[in-house]
Amino acid sequence: MSTTSTSGSSGSSTAHAIGAAVPAQRRGLAATLHDSWVVAKRNLRRMTRIPEIVVFGLMQPVMFVLLFSYVMGGAIRIPGADSSSHTYIQFLMAGIFAQTVTFAVAGASAGIAEDMTKGLVDRFRSLPMARSAVLVGRTLADLVQTAFTLVVLGLVALLVGWRIHDGVLNALGAFALLLLVGYAFSWIGALIGLSVRSPEAATSAGLIWLFPLTFVSNAFVPVTSMPGWLQGVAYWNPFSATVQACRVLFGNQVGPVDPAWPMQHAALVSVLWSVVITAVFSWLAVRKYRSSTA
Amino acid sequence: MAPAIQAENLVKTFGDVRALDGVSLDVPEGTVLGLLGPNGAGKTTTVRVLTTLLRPDSGRAVVAGVDVLKHPNRVRSLIGLSGQYAAVDEYLTGFENLTMVGELYQMSGRDAKARALELLEWFNLTEAKDRTAKTYSGGMRRRLDLAAALVVRPPVMFLDEPTTGLDPRNRLALWEVIETLVEQGTTLLLTTQYLEEADRLAHDIAVVDHGRVIARGTADQLKAQIGGERIEVVVHEPGLVADAVAALSGYALSEPAVEKNTRRITLPISGGARVLADAIRELDARGIEIDDIGLRRPTLDDVFLTLTGHVAEQQDEEGGAAAKRRGRGGRDKDKSGGTDGTDSIDGTDGIDGQGPDKQAVAAGEER
Repeated sequence: MSTTSTSGSSGSSTAHAIGAAVPAQRRGLAATLHDSWVVAKRNLRRMTRIPEIVVFGLMQPVMFVLLFSYVMGGAIRIPGADSSSHTYIQFLMAGIFAQTVTFAVAGASAGIAEDMTKGLVDRFRSLPMARSAVLVGRTLADLVQTAFTLVVLGLVALLVGWRIHDGVLNALGAFALLLLVGYAFSWIGALIGLSVRSPEAATSAGLIWLFPLTFVSNAFVPVTSMPGWLQGVAYWNPFSATVQACRVLFGNQVGPVDPAWPMQHAALVSVLWSVVITAVFSWLAVRKYRSSTA
Repeated sequence: MAPAIQAENLVKTFGDVRALDGVSLDVPEGTVLGLLGPNGAGKTTTVRVLTTLLRPDSGRAVVAGVDVLKHPNRVRSLIGLSGQYAAVDEYLTGFENLTMVGELYQMSGRDAKARALELLEWFNLTEAKDRTAKTYSGGMRRRLDLAAALVVRPPVMFLDEPTTGLDPRNRLALWEVIETLVEQGTTLLLTTQYLEEADRLAHDIAVVDHGRVIARGTADQLKAQIGGERIEVVVHEPGLVADAVAALSGYALSEPAVEKNTRRITLPISGGARVLADAIRELDARGIEIDDIGLRRPTLDDVFLTLTGHVAEQQDEEGGAAAKRRGRGGRDKDKSGGTDGTDSIDGTDGIDGQGPDKQAVAAGEER
């Protein structure tokens, strides 16, 4: 700034009484929601400024759809179905959708870890805003990104032969369930991001455990093809429940549903898991965020 | 009047390190306290405690009449903080950054936008308002950061090394902004390693070292602690140094100090420029040719060295030792002449005796 204009325009600012403009405080939940929305807007704006993040977030599931359906689809045999790749993609898509929403964890953990290394978090902490807003705002923005990814992924899947067989309403129910699960998992990502503190490490830490989680499940192969001891894990895996519920809601179930209890009540199990994960991990993450203040 | 900022016996340890070892300070309303100290002295930790970013292990702090530990969120709505690292989102535009901060201060969207535009104009960022902060220069980011701290016109501001890393032009511009704020009645706590900055901006200075306040007073009081003014002469002919000492000893309050190899004589005086003029006439009358002569007052630099025994910037052993000698006798003076507190007659004196190139350079992060 030039010397003259600074001193010139400062005269006008003198007119404002110092300290007179401290606004009234919102309280409680309203304050938390308002502040979270402000932070979410900030994160959404960042996504439009760094479209690479959204684009690469899309490429991975799209690649999985293409690789699984064209490369492996012919070789993987689903019991009770013929072995054409068209059938495998009906079986596959629920798994890919569910994997996509859980992989959003890596985005949340990297984003939070990056925020924590920047001076901006000090700014947030010095403001009279809700303490949880930084995290809630992040998970809400991630939810929007996940929704966008699901839409694009669904269109790609339709192009390669995937179809909804049980009505649009049920399909929307499946997407709602996927978003709920994705939101729950983004809180796990938030906790990882707060614990790791380096964006690079957070990306790896956010991803690594998702491989066993998503593969020890019914997403890519039937659970009955696994060794007995692993079947129990796979059945109770929250990921399996989500996949099973979506498969039914999309009308993509090939043959009868597995008789295991969590598979028979997949939607309920999936919702319960999501609620529990959200409650536990949001509490842990907010606590972690607060304590890293002190 | 109650102080706008008051800290009592703040202690904070990180592992084995006592970052704050009983810091007490108070800043009367409408005044500026300069917290002066080297890297790692505890300046930033003090600011972090007072701005609710860090809980002290023990101690008490009150800002704008509100207890920092009991009601941190009330304190947050009364303070502005601008740190060492510009705390702005580089992927948001200047306008979006300021609007976001306004909304998080619980202003309405419309008020936040109006205030953002007002601040952008004041900080000469109007043209850059719709560019992402990523494209801003270092000086522009710092201005944006300071603007963000001013969104609610807080009565109490904390500036943690606001000009570290800025070029002299941007630094001067930022000083003017800060001076304007103070004129408007803002109470300010400013940390700096730049002695010149404290000298210019602060009403009061607290020297911090190893987590303690080791001295407190106005710049003049602190300077007075370590002695008065002196004349420094560099004689042209080595053979005439003794003659020059004889000629000048009548003006000296005590024994002049002589450095043979640099032909430099330092004599403590009182009487200022009048005595300097007399001394020049006396030397001229005796035909003693001089290379340089100047009237020197102690600088905050000297104060700092005397108090802490080390220089403001982290230096090597040798630098530290030389600095100690300087601090004690004011003798082994900086050879560049005129840039460091010497009201030199050869026209090289800088702003308030401190050339920007002489200043301590920020070296990394303070804990």
